[in-house]
Amino acid sequence: MTRRHVMEFERPLVELEAKLGELRQLELTANPELAAEVAALAVEIEALRESTYADLSAWDRVQISRHPDRPKAQDYLAAIFTDVVELHGDRSYGDDEAIVAALATIDGRRVAVLGHRKGKNTRENIARNFGMAHPEGFRKAMRIMRLAEKFGLPLVTLIDTPGAFPGIEAEERGQAWAIAESLSLLSGLHVPVIAVGIGEGGSGGALAIGFGDRLIMLENSYYSVISPEACASILHKDAGKAAEVATCLAMTATDLVGLGIVDEIIPEPVGGAHRDPGEVFGEVRGRISAALAALSGSDPDELVSMRYAKLRAVGVIEEVQG
Amino acid sequence: MSISDWFKAREARRYTAVNGERVAGDVPDGVWSKCSSCKRIVYEGQLVANLRVCPHCGNHFDLTAFERIDLLADPGSFAEFDAGVGSTDPLGFVAAKPYTVSLESARERSGLTEGVVVGRATIGDHPVVLGAMDFRFIGASMGSAVGEKIARSFEVATSERRAVVLCTASGGARMQEGMLSLMQMAKTSAAARRLAEARLPYISVLTNPTMGGVTASFAVLADVVLAEPGALIGFAGPRVIEQTIKQHLPKGFQSSEYLLEHGMVDEVVVRGQLTARVTTLLGYLAGGGERA
Repeated sequence: MTRRHVMEFERPLVELEAKLGELRQLELTANPELAAEVAALAVEIEALRESTYADLSAWDRVQISRHPDRPKAQDYLAAIFTDVVELHGDRSYGDDEAIVAALATIDGRRVAVLGHRKGKNTRENIARNFGMAHPEGFRKAMRIMRLAEKFGLPLVTLIDTPGAFPGIEAEERGQAWAIAESLSLLSGLHVPVIAVGIGEGGSGGALAIGFGDRLIMLENSYYSVISPEACASILHKDAGKAAEVATCLAMTATDLVGLGIVDEIIPEPVGGAHRDPGEVFGEVRGRISAALAALSGSDPDELVSMRYAKLRAVGVIEEVQG
Repeated sequence: MSISDWFKAREARRYTAVNGERVAGDVPDGVWSKCSSCKRIVYEGQLVANLRVCPHCGNHFDLTAFERIDLLADPGSFAEFDAGVGSTDPLGFVAAKPYTVSLESARERSGLTEGVVVGRATIGDHPVVLGAMDFRFIGASMGSAVGEKIARSFEVATSERRAVVLCTASGGARMQEGMLSLMQMAKTSAAARRLAEARLPYISVLTNPTMGGVTASFAVLADVVLAEPGALIGFAGPRVIEQTIKQHLPKGFQSSEYLLEHGMVDEVVVRGQLTARVTTLLGYLAGGGERA
């Protein structure tokens, strides 16, 4: 049996499940009293399972979004797109594996796809830098944006990154410049842009490919200005307060619908997308197709001005009396 | 003179400030500060006369938004707009202290409503929208209000066919407004793009410090990016990088000079020459060349 990744909030449940498993190994026919206890425990576990997954906190969802078995960008590419042609390189420095770029077909519609790419295991994650892009990753993304613009291909982006990589080389090669240029370019594309949050939405590195005419989020994905751990260590000098800070930051899909930033939420199976990826793929495919259908045939200039109006409306301000 | 002495002399020439035109007016005698770079004592009168640049080592002290505007705008030309636009506390954010308290005390201390001041002005007779960020105001971090004022600056300039000159200084996105802050990066970048599409010039002046979500959005989308000497400019903060890579950072990392060397800014300009430089650039970019 492979070891299961246990998230903090489901630990009590998992411990009880393990205990029940052990008890069931025993010969119970000779011991009706113990058998009754085991049955009672099973009922208790069911109740606990329900409550554990019923009312997830922001921090619980952050853990689900980071679950190692959670479907990744390349899983979506394989499951819901056909005729996938991956494109490589930024034509200037290198090929950043933390960003995947492709031409692909979804329900008969040809599109360009961009995604943050995390790995499934340590070896993959090292090659992909845990989905944290360097400037060349964003520059590769911009190449594909220009391609989409040039050939009239709608753009689908899959958001899943802890953030842009904070490192010496990244700064040296202009991390901030690459992100800023990507934001500018994305805002001005004359083709439909559908952004889907599938996991982590970490700050500027997520935003660089993470907004459009529709912003759709999976129920247990998050999108935040800063990671809850970093925020907690700045504000409280204590990364342990991340759970508390996660709630404060309003980073869940539901919070963001409330703030007018996210348009749609895709529900996940109980416990998270990794419990039944097939179901999630079907749902995501349906939502992307529907959004593309709704936007197809839009006037290109109209798309850009509607996208601008959408961005322009974000924010809460007041006139302060001087 | 040895080669190394020659380099030192050249450094000194580059960074020793040019005397400004202003003279110390009503500064009382004996008011002084210690230069954070060379640790020497500088009298307030000397500092004011020298545009708040250390006369000993050339260290550029921080300027407030209005000091920056006074430096750049033609005298009497600046007319602020959106002065009352301020952030609220949409998330009910409480950390060490409530965000509303931080806002209130920043307003009291700085006399400003937000971390950026914007308005119409002329620079060397060129009509511009001029903005300056004020680091005293919660690190001039970008929340809804800062983003809104920056976006309106680009919009006003686009509709009135003005150039935009923005002086940045910011810790980055304002985390107390969560995703509303992050989205300001996209909003301001989109607004800057519309100005560019209207073929109007945008010059940014990166001052100490310009970090995070401000660097990674409107600040570096200018046609010409200038930086003040010795400013800290980058995406991730030095501490975050050190913690991530578990290494000490090289000396001068993320400084203006480092960025110049890596091709990220056009020029490092000492404060005493900044206004003249911006005026010359506006002449080239707003003047229309042969078409004029």
